[in-house]
Amino acid sequence: MATIFIDQERHTARDGENLLQECLALGYDLPYFCWHPALGSVGACRQCAIKQFKDEHDTRGKIVMACMTAVREGARISIHDAEASAFRASVIEWLMINHPHDCPVCDEGGECHLQDMTVMTRHVYRRYRGRKRTFRNQDLGPFVNHEMNRCIQCYRCVRFYRDYAGGRDLDAHALRNHVYFGRHADGVLESEFSGNLVEVCPTGVFTDKTLKRHYTRKWDLQSAPSICVHCALGCNTVPGARQGTLRRIHNRYNGAVNGYFLCDRGRYGYEFVNAPTRIRTPLMRRQRGEALRAATRQEVLAQWRALVDRGAKPIGIGSPRASLEANFALRTLVGAQRFHLGVSDAEHTLLESALALLRESPARVASLREAEGADAVLVLGEDVTNTAPMLALALRQSVRQTHMKIATKLHIPHWDDAAVREAAGSAKAPLFVAAPIATKLDEVATRVFHDAPDEVARLGFAVAGAIEGRKAHRVPDTSDATQALADEIAQALVAAERPLIVSGCGSQSVELLRAAASVAAALCAKGHSAQITFALPECNSGGLALIEGKRLGAAIEALRNGDADTLIVLENDLYRRAGQAAIDALFESAHQVVVIDHTASATSARADIVLPAGTFAESDGTLVNNEGRAQRYFQVFVPNGDVQGSWRWARDLLAAADRGREGDWANLDAIIGACAAAIPALAQIVNAAPGAGFRLAGQKIAREPPRYSGRTALYANVNVHEVQVPADPDSPLAYSMEGYPGEPPPPLIPWFWAPGWNSVQSVNKFQAEIGGALRGGDPGVRLIEPAGADGGAHFDTVPQRFAPRVGAWLLIPLHHIFGSEELSALAPGVRELAPQPYVALNPDDADMLGLAAGELACVDLDPAPCRLLVTRRADLRRGMAGVPVLPWLHFAALPAFAKITKAEASRVEAE
Amino acid sequence: MWSSIRTAWTIFLHMFRRRVTIQYPEEKPYIPPRWRGRIILSRDPDGGERCVACYLCAVACPVDCISLQATEDEHGRRYPEFFRINFSRCIFCGYCEEACPTYAIQLTNDFEMGEYDRQNLVYEKEDLLIDGPGKYPEYNFYRVAGLAIGGKDKGEAENEAPPVDLKRLLP
Repeated sequence: MATIFIDQERHTARDGENLLQECLALGYDLPYFCWHPALGSVGACRQCAIKQFKDEHDTRGKIVMACMTAVREGARISIHDAEASAFRASVIEWLMINHPHDCPVCDEGGECHLQDMTVMTRHVYRRYRGRKRTFRNQDLGPFVNHEMNRCIQCYRCVRFYRDYAGGRDLDAHALRNHVYFGRHADGVLESEFSGNLVEVCPTGVFTDKTLKRHYTRKWDLQSAPSICVHCALGCNTVPGARQGTLRRIHNRYNGAVNGYFLCDRGRYGYEFVNAPTRIRTPLMRRQRGEALRAATRQEVLAQWRALVDRGAKPIGIGSPRASLEANFALRTLVGAQRFHLGVSDAEHTLLESALALLRESPARVASLREAEGADAVLVLGEDVTNTAPMLALALRQSVRQTHMKIATKLHIPHWDDAAVREAAGSAKAPLFVAAPIATKLDEVATRVFHDAPDEVARLGFAVAGAIEGRKAHRVPDTSDATQALADEIAQALVAAERPLIVSGCGSQSVELLRAAASVAAALCAKGHSAQITFALPECNSGGLALIEGKRLGAAIEALRNGDADTLIVLENDLYRRAGQAAIDALFESAHQVVVIDHTASATSARADIVLPAGTFAESDGTLVNNEGRAQRYFQVFVPNGDVQGSWRWARDLLAAADRGREGDWANLDAIIGACAAAIPALAQIVNAAPGAGFRLAGQKIAREPPRYSGRTALYANVNVHEVQVPADPDSPLAYSMEGYPGEPPPPLIPWFWAPGWNSVQSVNKFQAEIGGALRGGDPGVRLIEPAGADGGAHFDTVPQRFAPRVGAWLLIPLHHIFGSEELSALAPGVRELAPQPYVALNPDDADMLGLAAGELACVDLDPAPCRLLVTRRADLRRGMAGVPVLPWLHFAALPAFAKITKAEASRVEAE
Repeated sequence: MWSSIRTAWTIFLHMFRRRVTIQYPEEKPYIPPRWRGRIILSRDPDGGERCVACYLCAVACPVDCISLQATEDEHGRRYPEFFRINFSRCIFCGYCEEACPTYAIQLTNDFEMGEYDRQNLVYEKEDLLIDGPGKYPEYNFYRVAGLAIGGKDKGEAENEAPPVDLKRLLP
């Protein structure tokens, strides 16, 4: 820490950090554009000019850029110096010369960093009377809107897109005042993180195209702290709603998880909440064979009551995309012995193993922030870009750890972005990607290894063996090349300070998880502080594994042999979990099927009673991410009609069944308390966020900003008398503009705003130190901490070498960021970018079968054959084939061997 | 006693003063043109809707009686999908007119809006939109803004240079 003087006032600041960051951290308002806490400083915009003085006798001083000047002991600077202020005002006047007169029609208006900075520097009237430069815009795909006239050339977009996220198709073109930020031609932005341009751009060049279709200003959005439900990483989000529809998702800073960014699936998958496939009213049928018809709440509960009176024996099937509370409520309703997890058989094994491995591992489960800081990474069998996209972004930062080491050696501060990159050149920290197929991370990897999942697992075991150095643990029949690669990986991991092992459920292989755990355990046994992380399949897979329950097969069995006759399915499309015949049989053997879900599916179509559940935006709950971090999400808006959180439906079913005080939960706190008490592994979830009784100065926290408009007119067409503000018994948040005006605790921050800072840049005002944790600690509680003991190695389970078969191919699942996740695939933009169903084959295999790209192949999948278009991929080894994971393809247990033949021409025509 | 007589005398003298009371509604009073009365939405000189649905009137309104929803036509021109003013809440402060960047929302000198049913005081866009430019005959926002809309391409607004040709190599 250093003592510095800002405008004669004494402060302590972090030594060596840049002055801009420290001024902001100390609460000063200093305008800037090109600096971003995650991107560092380049000193391009000249906006953060301040006066620096040599000593206390120096009265003249000199103008320096705060972002490019390091904090030094005894430094004397002035922000409010007249000359510095005039300098800043003239810089912004010059930046504004070509800025169009667009604010009223610009989506950034009201949360625009350029607006904020213009006001801050007091530039009011345009003196420039010349002609403004104009540009033509580009169509950048379904997510990002482009309006190039508004650009102020701060270069943040390309610095994020290219340098940070590793994209290649966005760049600066042309020169001088014609510099243009775009693609070489119109087209969809290739990066999975393109949506962050919306928040990174200080003005309205890049805006949210999905928001544009139902545009609302930031001040009109009713928001609540939420968690992304589109993968297992649990990124923190701020969904904004207006008039009963969800309008957009913005990033919610969490220093330990997602930081400043989100992936495009998380940002744009939200439209499933507004989709026509939503279930909005209770549905039921009196008899099998009748059509489902809308019913009232009383009718469905009466039907349920009648069922209970007749002595129904229910079993429940939970869901990895429902909250802990919903799953626990169902478990209470049917009894722990009759609760099933609702995942496929293979996934059940994977989840159980993943949880067991993480629990017994001496390695720490890495958060995303810790993954960013890893200085050697081994990815085993997981295509993280497609299954856990933000983890891929974190790993792209991890390879820069070498840059930081080089910079430290050369005494270059880490925030001096251009200098660090110049000094480091192409040096990068070791990142080894071993996967069945080429992944996008390969481009930054030190070495890549593409082979069958079993071979990848064997490589992992070989690495673990090499680290241990024990002959007994050498993997038998390993080729020299593989052993050499394993030795190289082992060496890199051992040499690192913070090695990280990444694996996941994407390849559906338990051996991969065991191999990854073995590597981490071997590193820990040697005294290295290794970290481990697994990409889990869905947003609450971790939580579901902690709740524990029976396999799906047990449910099928129980219904078949008469142990149960009524099936309750929670937020789950069972046709994605097992073959069609098995699930059809399941429904036929159940006398009554109750489905609690928010979106219509093949499963809800088979139900006798359908109860409309709330999505993440219409209910509260807790999700456990892949790190084992329990995080609470809060209801954003009150839905119309009978839609309510799944746990409330389960509670209502319990009450209708008249089971005494069991399940007599008054509000969310009650069920969280019951859940924590009943399941010891979840005891800590109570602390994930303050309870409903929490008040600040006796007040709740407002979901609506103080300038929320249209309160007395929004629904005046329905009734001129204003409706009462709905009560929220479940959280300390209110559906109102009225509430505590100060800073809420981190898990309850409904939106980021500070006086003078209307844009997302206001997050600086909520952090203890810029780029670090939020003031009061990052939200969420970790449920899995490393086991101190040695162990966690599993050399007894090394798989056999992959043996290709003649006439059959090992089909592996291939994940896609857009399409593979069930809910986001219902959003039109995501659906647009989802791939057509295909089968990927090695070109040699395809030639052998006489299949050209784009021809139809007949894939003899279990349980039903299907016909898919052929894609040739040289990175796929011979004897293997890949099929995409898509919700609209029927279920297949993968990986599995299957015959592939050329589809007959006559049948192609018939289709 | 004296006070009563003086009062009677004063009242007697008032009989000879000029009358200020007028026989409304038979006789119409003079309302100055800048009176803040019934709110209207105007059109630009080309006949297009002036409102660009920027939400500034709604946020400026101290009683929150304005609400709208922005939408776009196929050429990117913004306009309100609905525009609603609840006149039973309106206090005719004129902040909306002051906030309006396009001169779309204007207060007029009509104040005769009495209704027996409060519900009838909720005005929709059809009730608010007039056929002329109102108090500001010249202004057309889209002629000044940089956004391209149907009939106005990039570089065709006032004080705009033609779009940059990125392929040009000349300095």
